[in-house]
Parts: sequence; structure tokens; C-alpha cells
Amino acid sequence: MENQVLNIENFSFYYGDSQALKDINLSINKNRVTAIMGPSGCGKTTLIRAINRMHELTENTRTEGSIKLYDENIYELDPIIVRRRIGMVFQKPNPFPTMNIYDNVIAGYNLNGIKLKKSEKDIIVEESLRKSALWGEVKDNLYKKGTFLSGGQQQRLCIARALAMKPEILLLDEPTSALDPKATAHIEELISELKNYVTMLIVTHNMGQAARISNDAVFLYLGELIEHGKTKKLFTTPQDKRTEEYLTGKFG
Amino acid sequence: MRKLFSGDKIYRGILYASAFFLIVLLFGFFITFIFESSESLSKFGFGFITGTQWDPIDSQFGALPFLIGTLITSFLALIISFPLSLMIAVFLSEYFHKGFFHNIIKTAVELLAGIPSIVFGFWGLFVLVPVIRDFQTAIGIEAYGVGIFSSAIVLSIMIIPYTASISREVITMVPSDVKEAAYSLGATKYEVIRRIILPYSGSGIFAGALLALGRALGETMAVTMIIGNSNIMPTSIFSPGNTMASVIANEFTEATDSTYLSALIEIGLLLFIVTAFINLIGKYIIKKTARFS
Amino acid sequence: MNNEINNNIEVISNQNFDVDYFKEKKINFRIFKDKFFKYSTIAGALFISLLLAYILFYIARQGISSINWNFLTELPKPPGEIGGGVANAIVGTLIMILLASIIAIPVSIAIGVYLSEDKQTKLSYWVRTGLEILQGMPSISIGIVVYVWVVLQMGSFSGLSGGIALAIMMLPVIAKSTEETLKMVPYSLKEASMALGVPYYKTILKVVLPSGLSGILTGILIAVARIAGETAPLLFTSFGNPFMSADVMKPMNSLPLVIFNYASSPYKEWHNLAWGASFLLVLIILILNITAKIISRKWKIKF
Ligand SMILES: Nc1ncnc2c1ncn2[C@@H]1O[C@H](COP(=O)(O)OP(=O)(O)OP(=O)(O)O)[C@@H](O)[C@H]1O
Ligand SMILES: [Mg+2]
Repeated sequence: MENQVLNIENFSFYYGDSQALKDINLSINKNRVTAIMGPSGCGKTTLIRAINRMHELTENTRTEGSIKLYDENIYELDPIIVRRRIGMVFQKPNPFPTMNIYDNVIAGYNLNGIKLKKSEKDIIVEESLRKSALWGEVKDNLYKKGTFLSGGQQQRLCIARALAMKPEILLLDEPTSALDPKATAHIEELISELKNYVTMLIVTHNMGQAARISNDAVFLYLGELIEHGKTKKLFTTPQDKRTEEYLTGKFG
Repeated sequence: MRKLFSGDKIYRGILYASAFFLIVLLFGFFITFIFESSESLSKFGFGFITGTQWDPIDSQFGALPFLIGTLITSFLALIISFPLSLMIAVFLSEYFHKGFFHNIIKTAVELLAGIPSIVFGFWGLFVLVPVIRDFQTAIGIEAYGVGIFSSAIVLSIMIIPYTASISREVITMVPSDVKEAAYSLGATKYEVIRRIILPYSGSGIFAGALLALGRALGETMAVTMIIGNSNIMPTSIFSPGNTMASVIANEFTEATDSTYLSALIEIGLLLFIVTAFINLIGKYIIKKTARFS
Repeated sequence: MNNEINNNIEVISNQNFDVDYFKEKKINFRIFKDKFFKYSTIAGALFISLLLAYILFYIARQGISSINWNFLTELPKPPGEIGGGVANAIVGTLIMILLASIIAIPVSIAIGVYLSEDKQTKLSYWVRTGLEILQGMPSISIGIVVYVWVVLQMGSFSGLSGGIALAIMMLPVIAKSTEETLKMVPYSLKEASMALGVPYYKTILKVVLPSGLSGILTGILIAVARIAGETAPLLFTSFGNPFMSADVMKPMNSLPLVIFNYASSPYKEWHNLAWGASFLLVLIILILNITAKIISRKWKIKF
């Protein structure tokens, strides 16, 4: 039980009057990769954006229930603290176009007004780029604009940027859907390695990807959590008929 | 078939003619300015810009007081209006990007752009100038009321719409995924605006300020009514003065001898060149910014 | 590749670089700054709107009492006498706007059509640059040039020269909006007409231009709104005239000129007339802008 990092309890989500998530209950264990699957529009993005309160940037949204990071309800903390403890990687790589690679990695500290010595920054930048397996490729070009990198490199830069803040959880929303197969393979490998440091929730449409990189899997359907379990078990012996239909390609 | 073909020819002909007409028109402007100011250009040379004496009776024409007057009023106006314009742009694009308050402020800015210069001048003369005069009395300086400072304030109100609308446009062009990335790292809205949005849209905002400056430099009527029309070198920002545009407006119909008229037209030439330059740079930056995103 | 990652990870785990969070700015201070910025922004925007409301209110209060039947139908009276109106200025403004529109509309629409046809030629580049220069040009410069070109040649100030000066100011506005509108007319519409064997110029005149009509009309209204209050280019072209005159070859009065001349006079009655003229002018411009908005919203080209 003390292994649980995140506890989502009786959680519902509304865009205005329309309910996008219905009474979700889910707990996430430390240092595991959880894949969130489901057909398009089932609420995957909504769920993970609610976990670091990014949904509050969208007008007219409302939540019920609670999400606990260890023992603290994230809705009782300040959103800027929540977001620092729960990092996020987006579908489309989005490095800051006005900053070079170095500044991109350290951006979280600069944005949060954390003053660091140059030597401290150097360590964080190198460490984060190594963790995201980008160090070797960019260590000679740290002061070039991040937007000059390839798509896959940009996405790893975004992962480095999130890791630099030492988040307890990392949320990834279809992080490879804008990338080519080679870059995708690279990111997948990276995720498998990263679970030693950080707990991850990854939204993916690609069942092969979920099978390759995740320990646990969640199946969402029409805003409801249908099934949650070890990835192997969910893939081989799904308990619910809808999960089975999804896995065999009946919809989505 | 023949007839139709010639119809297309006439059509192209008309289009080309109008396009050339515009080029010729502008070229004509330039030639006219040079030609009509040639007397003053050859008589005073560079001394026209550095001379501080403007004395038509003595045929002394030094335009420096007006150049200084123009620069001070315009830059002062820009300094006053810039923060307010930026606030309006941020308000409209980041805090209230739609809805009731958005519409109110947006309409207000549009209305502001629509009020004629002469009406601003009239209002300034009857409402603002007395206030400034009281203020000058209160701080114990010569209480003209009219002058460079009063003009700059009225100008600053008038140019707000230019900077505000262009800034709003470029701020709206900042991709939302870049902003989201910053929020996801724990930044507050202020920090996102300050460290992501403003750097990203900086050159566009600069262009907006430049275009507003161009407006301020050439603005005539409001300034003419408020600046006090004094041809001596301003000694402080509260002095009465004249700008390039206001001295033309005031003295053009009185200029009886050819040197006098030619000197006024040379001021017009300077104004024409400076504003054209500023506008082209501003537009160029905006175009580049638009392509960049 | 796997090896590379594993190697990296070893390096990392040996390093310890925990950040000293005491150096961090207090979170409450950051939140305070955020709020402070938000409310200053709102205050700034509110301040401008209130200022505008005050200016409009002031003009309306001063002006509305001057506006009556006499104001609209009579000529100005000599100083000291009560009453009088600005009928000559209203007529003059209307005549010069009409004149300017007649001159500017065909040429500027043709320029706009040209720009939408030749998008990337050298000539169109220079035409665009020219329009930009013209748009940013101080209106007083236009007055000077028209003075030299028209007033000096005719030997007198005239309504015609005023109309020409205003026409030059309208030109870039209408040309730009025509170009923008025509750009949005889809190519398929042109093709459909051409496929029926309609010659190109007729396609443009009968199909493309009409479908962009609302945009062009909006541009014209905005251009008229822009020139209605212009004073500087009229100072040495139409000059002003205390009498009623509809003769475009003679000096002509206009509302902005009335404001300028009467505002700087020492007479209270004349000030009142100037306030009345200001109010009327602002009202006209407001109505033009609102109409332009309604047209562009209602008739927005939908394809
Ligand atoms: N901003 C919004 N306003 C209103 N409804 C929204 C909004 N965003 C999403 N929705 C609705 O909420 C539901 C869940 O959307 P969500 O984006 O979470 O789905 P998803 O599972 O991430 O889909 P996809 O696989 O296509 O990314 C959908 O029905 C969608 O239409
Ligand atoms: Mg999604």
C-alpha cells in the first residue's frame, strides 16, 4: 500500500454540462509504467490532464472526487506545486522556440524563479539530458535552438525538460504519435529505462507499444474505467468484453 | 472570339494602369517634395536641421526646435502609452480572450481609434490643458497648460490602439502548446507571460510600437491645438513648442515668400521620409513574425 | 543503444545534486506577483475604457445641447450673436466625401484586384510597398502635395482639391481590403465560371467581385470613416468657407475645419458650435464603423 504514489478516487470530470469521466477509481504504484488505452474520445487526455490540473487552463471544466499524490489531495494544493511534482510530455514535441537546448532543459527552474549557480545548472542539464538519452547527440550543441533538432530529438528534449524538475510522476500523452518508427523505438526504450526514476502514466493508441513498455494497463471506454491490471494479464485474459473487443480491433 | 479576347486585354490594361498609377503617384509625391523644397535645401543645406532660429521675417530657417519637439512629444507619448497598450493586449489575449469583458475592452479600443484627431485636440484643449495648468501652478513652474507634455498625453491616448491591436495579434499567435509546456513545469500565468509569451512575440510588439511611433510623429491636429505653437527651442517637457507637423499646419497658409514656403515643405519632406522609413521597418518585422509562427 | 543508456544511468546514480530549495522564491510571493500582475492588467484596461467613456460622454454632453434644427440648417453667425449653425460645413463634408469616393473607389478597387491577380510579381511588390507608405503617411504631407498639384494650378483653394486629398487617403484602405477579400474567394468559383466559357474579365466582374462585395463595401465604409474627421489635408486645400457653397471649384467648409477654427476662437457661442460639430462627427464615424461591422458579419462570405 505505501507503494502507491497516486490514488484517484470517485473521480468525475465535466466539460460544461457534458460528463467526460465517470467515477474513476485508480491507484498507481511507484516506479511502474501504466498505459492508458481506449478508443478515441474516451477521455484519456482528459484523465491525465486532470492529474496535474492542466485542465484548469480550459474554461468551464469541473471535477468531482479526489486525486491524491501520496496523502495529499492535489486539488487542495496550489496548481503550480502540483505541476512541478507531476511532469508532463505532450503529443507534439513543444520545446520553447525562443530558447536554446540548455535553456530548454533548465526552463522549469527559470520559470519558477529558482536561482541556481551555473555549476548546479550544468549538472542538472547534463543529468537530465543523459536520462533522456540525448546527451551524446547534443552535448556539443547545447547553445543551439532546440527547434533545430529532429522530431524525436525534440521529444526527448521535452522529456529532459520535464525530468529536470525531478517530478514524482511523469504523464505522457501519446508521446510518439507525431514521430517516425525509429524515433518511436528510441523513446520506448527510454521509457523502459526511466521507470527506475519516475512513475509514468502513458496514453497510447498503439497496443504493441503498450505491451512493450508498460507494467500495468488501464482500459477506458466512454469515460468509464473498464479494466485495470497487469498489462500481460489484461492483454491475454481481459475480464470485460469491451476490453477484448478493443484489443482485437473491433473499435477505436 | 476576337471580341472576347480583346475584353481580357482591356481588363489587364486597366489593372496595370491602376498599379502604375499608384507607383507614379508616390513617385510624384517624392519628386514634388524635393522640387518644392529645393530652394530651402540649397540655401540652408545641413544647417536647416541643426539651426535653432526659425524667423520668417529675417528669412532664418532652422528646424531643430521642431525636430526636438517632434521627438520629445512622440517618444514621451510612446513611453506613456506602451505599458497601457501592452496591458490591453494581454488582457484581451490572455486573461479575457472572449466574452463580455473582452468585447467591452475591444470595442473601447476600436472606438478610440475612430475618434478624429481634431476632436482629441479640442477635448485636450478644454479638459486636459486646464488640469495640467493647475498641476503646473501647484508644483510652482510657469503655468502654460499647453505645451509638449500636454500634447504627449493626448498623443499617448491616440496611439494606444495601434500598439494594442498589433500586440494582441502577435500574442494570440503564440502556439498554445508552448504555453502549456510552461504551465506544466509549474509556472504561474505571470511567469508564462513574462518568460514565454513576451519573448516569443517581442519583435511583433516592437513593430507595433514602431507603427504607433510613426503615427505619433506625423500626428497633426491634436498636437497643433495643444502644443502652444512656440518656435523657440523647448527648455523642458512642460515648455510650449511646435512639432514638424504642427508648424506646417500653423504657418503654411501664411507663408508668402518662396523661401518660407520651401522651408516648410522641406519639413514636410523630412516627415515624409522618416514616417515612410519607420512604417516600412514596422511592416517588415510584422511580416517576418507572421511567417515565423 | 541500450548499452548507451545503461552507461548513462550509471553515471547519473553516482552523482548527487539535490537542489537547495531554500534559494527558491517563496511560493506565496510568486502567487502574489501573479495576482498583482493580473489585477494591474485589468486596472489598465479598465482605465482606458473609462477614459474613453469619459471623453465620449464629455463630447456628447457639450455637443448635444448645440444640436438642433438651426444647427443643421443655418450658417454660422458673426461672433457675439446667439445661434447659428454649420449647414455649410455639413454640406461641404458630404460633397467632399462624395467627391473623394468617386475618385478613389474605382482606382483602389482596380489596384486591389491587380494585387489579387499578380500575387508575386515585381510590380505587385512595389504596389504593396507603395500602399504601405501611403497608409502610414502623415495626412498633412498629402495636404502639401495636393496644394502644389491642384491649388497652385487652379489659383485658389477649392472643394475639389480637398476631395482629391481625401481620395488619396482612402486609396490604401480600400485597395487593401479589396485584395484581402478577393484572396478569400476560392479558386473553384473562378474555375466554375471559366468552365462555362465565360471570359476571364467577365468572370472577375460578374462572379468574383460580387462574391467579395461585402468585404469591399466594408473597406469603403472604413475608408470613409477614416477621412470624415480628417482636418490636416484640408487646411490648405479646401481651406474653409464661412458661406454656403456647393461649388467644388471654390473654397469649401467642412465639419473638422469648423471645429479647428471655432475651437481656437475666443467666443463661447463658437465653442458651442464646435462641440456640436464634434459630436456630430463622432456620431457619423461611429455609425459608419458599426455599419461596416454589421455588413462584414452578416454577409461574411461562406464557402
Ligand atoms: N475542451 C473541451 N471542451 C468540451 N469537450 C471536450 C473538450 N476536450 C475534450 N472534450 C470531450 O471530452 C471527451 C474526451 O476527450 P479526450 O480528449 O479526453 O479523449 P481522448 O481519449 O484523449 O481521445 P483521443 O484518443 O482522440 O486523443 C470527448 O468526447 C471530447 O469530445
Ligand atoms: Mg487525447
